[in-house]
Amino acid sequence: MLKLWRTIRRIGRVAEPAPPAPAELRPALAPRPAGSIQVRHVDAGSCNGCEVEIGSAFGPVYDAERYGARLVASPRHADALLVTGPVTRNMAEPLRRTHDAVPEPGLVVAVGDCARNCGVFAQAYGVVGAVGDVVPVDLEVPGCPPRPEVIVEALRTLTGR
Amino acid sequence: MTALGVLGGALQAVLVVVGSPLLVGLMRQVRARMEGRAGAGVGQPWRDLRKLLGKQPITPRGTSELFRVAPVLLVAMTLVVAVVAPFVSTASALPPVADLIVVVALLAHGTVVLALAGLDTGTAFGGMGASRETTILALVEPTALMAIFALSVPVGSTALPAIVGSGLQDPARVLSPASLLAAVALLLVVVAETGRLPVDNPSTHLELTMVHEAMVLEYAGPDLALVELGSAMRLSVYLGLLANLFLPWGIATEAGVLALALGVLALVVKVAVLGAALAFAEVFLAKVRLFRVPELLAGSFLLALLAVTAAYFPA
Repeated sequence: MLKLWRTIRRIGRVAEPAPPAPAELRPALAPRPAGSIQVRHVDAGSCNGCEVEIGSAFGPVYDAERYGARLVASPRHADALLVTGPVTRNMAEPLRRTHDAVPEPGLVVAVGDCARNCGVFAQAYGVVGAVGDVVPVDLEVPGCPPRPEVIVEALRTLTGR
Repeated sequence: MTALGVLGGALQAVLVVVGSPLLVGLMRQVRARMEGRAGAGVGQPWRDLRKLLGKQPITPRGTSELFRVAPVLLVAMTLVVAVVAPFVSTASALPPVADLIVVVALLAHGTVVLALAGLDTGTAFGGMGASRETTILALVEPTALMAIFALSVPVGSTALPAIVGSGLQDPARVLSPASLLAAVALLLVVVAETGRLPVDNPSTHLELTMVHEAMVLEYAGPDLALVELGSAMRLSVYLGLLANLFLPWGIATEAGVLALALGVLALVVKVAVLGAALAFAEVFLAKVRLFRVPELLAGSFLLALLAVTAAYFPA
């Protein structure tokens, strides 16, 4: 325990200074009043590269929570879905149901090139299509995988902070 | 019913409702800073609540009225405790309700209605969370009663205002073995009842390890806001009780602007320091396995039992 305390003292703050707020306009459907968004992550068939980047976006270095974004355990608690990967046949229906379970207006953020246009998995036999073919997409985050800064920027567009 | 009681009660209600999300924000901020994060700020829980209140309420298919009234009941019962228990002033707005058995029962009922609502959804996680929460509740309640009994024995009354008042008159009693043992036992009760580490992890999103959150997975919008507000209020009520039973100084004993202001200030400082200390300690703790929780709670019951025994032997 003393060792942990010394480590905490030695390392101090690891969160990087906040970059300037994104210039993009908030989507009209983003929750009002601003400053808070709860997101539910759905892996629709991703290779887990995007998950690692989402994990570090919410980790201590990028600290997406400081802008009011929080990952939640239930789609009922969420304002937005963070969908990764091309939608596989087995995940198309669960994705639709998860989207139905989110209270109105359920925003969808497609994270990564696979979620936007199937990426390297385009035309694969197990793939139904991009996220936009299954549920309406409000915001896209490009990259394969997207850098944590870009994910944080998309989340900040939603929280408005 | 006295002027001081009514004034104090009204102040306490406002203070607990407005302050408890800030307390949760403070605790999250302390943890964030310890983890090297920047943190979302103390006001973030209020921003979340404000947004949730404006959202669409959802009633899942197959749920009954119980699911809809449970959040209201949770907040209402906690609010009653916030009004009557001695937080700001030693006088109570409703003296018969400010009894230790009534207060503990009201707080336990909040958990019970939420557990019933979790069962009502009929989902696997709702039932699992409810069963875990009732297991913990059943083990915690005897300890809570015993620990406060240990304090009520020397006073000869189970009324909370009397216990707090006698602590004010006789400061040496606070350092008696009975009181110290009861304080440790009650601290474990607070940790278990409010779902903090090492019993439950409030920031976990792994369904299999959740206790409190598993019950409320189906709530959305304003209902979820009430559940979150209720949980935050329970946390501050428990911390307030803990603070005033063992460190009663600063509480108002007469109806005056200055005395009440001092009472408010003392309560805010005590609860904030306790909450920050709890959050600080949590950084060093890991969640214990669910099957080890009864052992932890049995230990706290033993401490409470020793406290009651020690209370019969005046120093």
